[in-house]
Amino acid sequence: MSKTPGPVVKASPWTDPGAQPYVRIEKLTKAFGDFKAVDEVSLNIYKGEIFCLLGASGCGKTTLLRMLGGFETPTSGRIFIDGEDMTGVPPYERPVNMMFQSYALFPHMTVEQNVAFGLKQDGIPKAEIRERVATMLDLVKLGEFGGRKPHQLSGGQRQRVALARSLVKRPKLLLLDEPLGALDKKLREHTQFELIGLQDRLGVTFVVVTHDQEEAMTLASRIGVMNHGEIVQSGTPTEIYEFPGSRFVADFIGSVNIFEGKLIEDEPGYVRIGSPELGGTIHVSHGISAAPDITVWAAVRPEKILMSTQPPGGTDNIVRGEVQDIAYLGDLSIYLVRLPTGKVVRVTQPNTSRHADPVTWEQQVYLSWDPSSPVVVTR
Amino acid sequence: MRQPALARLGITGRGLVVILPYVWLLLFFVVPFLIVLKISFSDIDLAIPPYKPLVTWDAQNSPTITLNFNNYGFLFTDPLYIKAFLNSMKVAFISSLLCLAIGYPMAYGIARSRPAVRNLLLMLVVLPFWTSLLLRVYAWIGLLKANGVINNVLLSLGLIHEPLTMLYTPFAMYVGIVYSYLPFMILPLYSNLEKMDWQLIEAAQDLGCRPWKAFVAITLPLSRNGILAGSMLVFIPAVGEFVIPALLGGPNALMIGRILWDEFFSNRAWPVASAVAIVLLVLLVPFMMWYQSIQARESAAS
Repeated sequence: MSKTPGPVVKASPWTDPGAQPYVRIEKLTKAFGDFKAVDEVSLNIYKGEIFCLLGASGCGKTTLLRMLGGFETPTSGRIFIDGEDMTGVPPYERPVNMMFQSYALFPHMTVEQNVAFGLKQDGIPKAEIRERVATMLDLVKLGEFGGRKPHQLSGGQRQRVALARSLVKRPKLLLLDEPLGALDKKLREHTQFELIGLQDRLGVTFVVVTHDQEEAMTLASRIGVMNHGEIVQSGTPTEIYEFPGSRFVADFIGSVNIFEGKLIEDEPGYVRIGSPELGGTIHVSHGISAAPDITVWAAVRPEKILMSTQPPGGTDNIVRGEVQDIAYLGDLSIYLVRLPTGKVVRVTQPNTSRHADPVTWEQQVYLSWDPSSPVVVTR
Repeated sequence: MRQPALARLGITGRGLVVILPYVWLLLFFVVPFLIVLKISFSDIDLAIPPYKPLVTWDAQNSPTITLNFNNYGFLFTDPLYIKAFLNSMKVAFISSLLCLAIGYPMAYGIARSRPAVRNLLLMLVVLPFWTSLLLRVYAWIGLLKANGVINNVLLSLGLIHEPLTMLYTPFAMYVGIVYSYLPFMILPLYSNLEKMDWQLIEAAQDLGCRPWKAFVAITLPLSRNGILAGSMLVFIPAVGEFVIPALLGGPNALMIGRILWDEFFSNRAWPVASAVAIVLLVLLVPFMMWYQSIQARESAAS
């Protein structure tokens, strides 16, 4: 490859107020009877992004993707792609291609014919079709498989044919519906990085639908978390993980301990939360904007909790508990610690040493965390 | 322990199950076929039955086998038979095409309808089988004849001023055959189209195909086996069809089934009739084998 290795500098056009969005979704709604599958979603996607729509099944992410592809007609709202209104345009006239979850390869055609299909529809000269198909098949490392039928390929190879077929027309926007869903775990990880590399080289804007948060974290430049037909939060993987805006997002992305409480000190530089659920106070080293006396929730990630057998210094952000369960995962261990209040806290610790862990079942331990670790949400 | 009587004879339940279809085939296909084959090689005779035995015994009790190939020779020298065979093929072929033209949209419509509606529509396709074929063909006589339902309606609407001649024409015969055999086209086509992955159509449209082109490029080639199976199921029985041409087609409908009937019952020429039956069977065997191989492919694909 001609590309020289170096630090990947990802531009972040969404932070630039002057940047023109490539895909603009305005108050898009799709109702099936009384049920709103997609509810007034507005979203800007920028050129060259990998935007992941993440959510549980039935959250409306696939319906949103199908509206971008032209397979569903929106009940209301508009879709602009590269400045053009695409709302009522049928799929065969959109500069958009889709990679289907089932791959939808044509079983009666060879790999080459499958990839060439879209180009043939556009009346491109035969010689050019042959050349572009060959280039694309080489790119997905299927150069020798052009003459095979889909049923003669493995799952991973079929996935790459589907990818080649949807990319060969050089669409302005590529839609991917659970692109790695049918692959096993090892292959999936490998393919994730291949997909990113390919996207980087071709510069096509991707919109990916997935229910797998790990997949979204790896692939995405930004993630839009969906629930009940709405995008509840969108941002970079780091933003979504470290600064979730709600309990739903905190809980959906990774695992998290959530403590309900009320503000007892509300200063611009810090807040203290009294949490009966925790049986202690939580000190957070940043101010929040919340009305006094409302219920707030402090979310602390399991890997940000320190576990020790000796009491650490200080009074805030410390709680005592009993180890209820341990799951050894090799690279790390998960501890479930029961607090005197009955609340069970999840803690993960990396297994940095090969020696047996000193912490064992039914042992009394102290849990503590840094004041910068908790995220306070009000909904 | 005492073994059951059958087991002592070496007959097991499994053996019986396997043998039963073969016994059935032997009794009701092979034996009658051999009888017909035998008659087709014998000489006509004014007796009961109206043919001479194949094997005769002379005074010294030694058998003489007389094989008469004239019946077959006759079929190929008298142009009537060749014309009837060709005409039957033509009628069956056109009927298959008409059934396909009408049956494909119907099968497609059923396959794309909601599952609840689908079963109702399928039942409606099969429903006519609950009445005897003969009754249904007679009903068509009532519809098509000069003072029948269709003519009366058209006359009373003032669309025509004198009755149309429909009964006893090739038109009536095609109507009867297409009507009777349509379900045989629809059912295999439906079972093929029902297995279609409709996402393929979306994929084709996504790649720039207009709906009609997507149908031609994807749906049609993928339903090839259904089209062939349905066409064979119409074509094979339609070649030998007797009742419908006889009742609706009138005296000029030169179909091999009617020739066979005439030879057998009017002319009492059993040997010639048998020869016609054998030739008809031999002509249809390739089509049946084709149909079988399509079926095998279809079940291998699913």
